[in-house]
Amino acid sequence: MDLFEYQAKDLFRKYGIPVPDGKVASSPKQAGAIATKLGGNVVVKAQVQVGGRGKAGGIKLASTPAEAESVASQILGMDIKGHKVRRVLVERAGDIKSEFYASFLLDRSEKNRAVLGMASARGGVDIEEVAATEPEAIARVSVSPLVGLRPYHIRALLFGAGIPAEAHKGVGSLLEKMYEALVSGDGALVEVNPMALTGSGDVVALDAKVSIDDNAAFRHPDLEKLLDVSALDKQERAAKERGLNYVKLDGTVGIIGNGAGLTMSTLDVVAQAGGTPANFLDIGGGANAETMASGIGVILSDRKVKSLLVNIFGGITRCDLVAQGILEALQQLGDVKAPIVVRLDGTNAEEGRKILQDANHPNIVPSPTMLDAAAEAVKLAKKRRH
Amino acid sequence: MSILLNEETKVVVQGITGSEGTFHTRRNVAYGTNVVAGVTPGKGGQKWDDSVPVYDTVDEAVREVGANASLIFVPARFAADAIFEAADAGVGLIVCITEGIPVLDMARVYPYVQSRGITLIGPNCPGLISPGKANMGIIPGEITGPGPIGLVSRSGTLTYQVMYEMWTRGVGQSTCIGIGGDPIVGTNFIDVLGRFAEDPETKAVVLIGEIGGDDEERAASFAKENVDKPIVAYVAGFTAPEGKRMGHAGAIVSGSKGTAAAKAEAFESMGFRVGRSPTETALFAIEAVR
Repeated sequence: MDLFEYQAKDLFRKYGIPVPDGKVASSPKQAGAIATKLGGNVVVKAQVQVGGRGKAGGIKLASTPAEAESVASQILGMDIKGHKVRRVLVERAGDIKSEFYASFLLDRSEKNRAVLGMASARGGVDIEEVAATEPEAIARVSVSPLVGLRPYHIRALLFGAGIPAEAHKGVGSLLEKMYEALVSGDGALVEVNPMALTGSGDVVALDAKVSIDDNAAFRHPDLEKLLDVSALDKQERAAKERGLNYVKLDGTVGIIGNGAGLTMSTLDVVAQAGGTPANFLDIGGGANAETMASGIGVILSDRKVKSLLVNIFGGITRCDLVAQGILEALQQLGDVKAPIVVRLDGTNAEEGRKILQDANHPNIVPSPTMLDAAAEAVKLAKKRRH
Repeated sequence: MSILLNEETKVVVQGITGSEGTFHTRRNVAYGTNVVAGVTPGKGGQKWDDSVPVYDTVDEAVREVGANASLIFVPARFAADAIFEAADAGVGLIVCITEGIPVLDMARVYPYVQSRGITLIGPNCPGLISPGKANMGIIPGEITGPGPIGLVSRSGTLTYQVMYEMWTRGVGQSTCIGIGGDPIVGTNFIDVLGRFAEDPETKAVVLIGEIGGDDEERAASFAKENVDKPIVAYVAGFTAPEGKRMGHAGAIVSGSKGTAAAKAEAFESMGFRVGRSPTETALFAIEAVR
């Protein structure tokens, strides 16, 4: 789960990481009021979970509250790479002497020391470009959480990145706290770009990117309310509410599978058969009739869907329950036009096929194999488009 | 022969009295797996299904009945603790089925079991089966049988699909291992490939990958140098959009690295065949052993 900058900065405050004074606003008026309280120059920043907002005009300076209100009205409602700006962060602008980069993240390629720390004296720029063009400008250390972040790791980052001596103490302290935020807060990523050395010698996190490991949500019950469901589209929101693992795509063949691998593979064979997948929906292990019914409901609420492919290999999942779920969904939804191609194998497949056969429903098209089912679903989707 | 698991392996099941633990342990026992003990703290002294002794700790199960492998079904928030307990009790093989373990927990578990020379399969995996001998985990035993093909996969149901496609055509497997789809799993493709390379009964290997990470690319390079047997690969996720989450925490594409196309290309450039569908993958594997 990705946090917005203002949420990440709240988390930073909790871990003692210095950030500029500021507050989030959802209207120009609010932005002006915050600027009045802060006094002097402020910076108004679009709150979107996408990079490159500065270049897109999503970050602006203001020297008076009236100006803050006016730039906020320009930024609010903007569309930045498909992300609508619903809030702005208004912060006190400081004098910046130099800018650095620092991050900690979980690195699956180094499993023995899975926390990767990085720092660079090239801050405030596109760090991926720096990584590509001058990789030696980024210092890296791999840390085992069993050992923890040691003083030598911090020295390796400071010296390796060429951070100026006057900033060592401040940057070192920030690195320590960022590491703490990652391991105690179950972060997958904690990144600061830029980290600023101010004229008065302080080091401050001007920006904050934090991503939390969803699996660790049970240790952080307070995070649930930070999730921005308004950023999801209609089907994704409905799926989220029903606890379904759904990703919306752009095609015409709706897809339900069990298990992430088999479902991805189903998308692939549909594409190979000349179709376009409308979604990814993994009903997971041990799915029952209810899961099945709500999954079908979510997919068919997308008007672009012309046919639906249900591809199940029962391990824990029982095919008879899947078949019942399909029938229940058809009953609940009433007027369904899309044909549903169903392929069932594995646990209780015989029983499942029999349930569908006995029901003899006009929308249901049984299919013997995964490849046949994909071809059939694609054919039916094309037929209905014309 | 088979790798890692056979009819002699003495299995203790952690979480045996839970609903999932009970359901799958029954299936494993029915398959012929030598389940010698169960562990549920607070239920020590009971008999599970009137036959298997239950202990409060893994340590007791190892001392009392000589368990040398552990199968874990405990909930995600207790799973890392269960793995540490099994490791300290001295079992040599740990299979963790549990899904949803925090990545940082695994970042602590991995170097620990690694340093003690323990084989950890999973987490978030279906386990492993040596057809005709023993089944440890949730793979349906009836969709496979003994044969010459070794199978290693990051997926669950996709593995079943490929096993089934081979078995319905009369070709079985030596051992099938689901290594799990999480970012940090105990055993990777390379560990398993090395074992299949040395197993005289395994004549060919099927490797099933997914998007995310670079384990498949590393496996391809390793296999080229170290495995003198035919390998057939399959990678799911060609149509996955970049940056979208597809179920497994590990299955995230970032940039070009980690895409299905890049992984398939890695195998092909090393001279291995890559199936375009589970069916074609099974057919290629059958050709390789006939």
